Amino acid sequence: MTYPPGSSLKITTPSDREIVVTRAFDAPRDLVFEAWTKPEHVRHWWGWRSSTMIVCEAEVRPGGSWRYVTREESGVEVPFTGVYREVTPPERVVHTEIYDVAPFNSGDPAVTTVTFREEAGRTTVTATTLYPTKEIRDTVLQSRMEAGAAESYDRLAEHLGTLV
Amino acid sequence: MVMQRSTDHLSGIFSALADPTRRAILARLASGEASVGELSQPFPMSQPAISKHLKVLERAGLIAKSREAQWRLCRLEAAPLREVADWMEPYRRFWDESFSRLDDHLRAMKEAKEKRR
Repeated sequence: MTYPPGSSLKITTPSDREIVVTRAFDAPRDLVFEAWTKPEHVRHWWGWRSSTMIVCEAEVRPGGSWRYVTREESGVEVPFTGVYREVTPPERVVHTEIYDVAPFNSGDPAVTTVTFREEAGRTTVTATTLYPTKEIRDTVLQSRMEAGAAESYDRLAEHLGTLV
Repeated sequence: MVMQRSTDHLSGIFSALADPTRRAILARLASGEASVGELSQPFPMSQPAISKHLKVLERAGLIAKSREAQWRLCRLEAAPLREVADWMEPYRRFWDESFSRLDDHLRAMKEAKEKRR
């Protein structure tokens, strides 16, 4: 299913082990590819505005590993890690992905395939992640819950600030 | 646990949605009620096969059948879809927020590139 209808960001669950995230960006794909893969760029955009990137490393070549760790406002650290399987600039990247917290880091990794398609100077990125089990997929879908709730309280606080 | 039960309930909705024919049926019903016959027309499969799909959708609460007509009409029930959307909302917001930051960063990268020229 697609939500929300008509927005540029699309999140679909075409099977019970997959999540597909699609988004168009107003930039040519070599630039989007660079921003998407290079740590010096990733640290500028990955995660909530309120979170802090404390580790952002990536060896972007087949067999190279990556690790992104953010610290949420609550102090909770959220570590993701994996290994690149395929790197074809500026078209396609395939890498594994593990939420590096027990018990999620003991089984098979998820595999993410990212494609970059350029049309009239705009680039559409499609990131398809295949999880080893439906349970892990569902946990990931819910994992932003806590941070998401915190974020919405921030917005509420901001809004209340404007009313005082 | 309430959380567990609601997740199981959502699992039913998700597995009902994890089929292209069933999603196409829901899309068709979004534009109005239809009979089983009407719903089978666009698909290269028999009416009993479509009926099976409809049963799955009905069990997940995604469609309901009206009792008024002689041949029963199916209609979309939006509430479970809303539930799925709400459940995914924090995940969607995570990406939405990251990507709007990426928009800003790409703009900065473009400007930096132009300056270098």
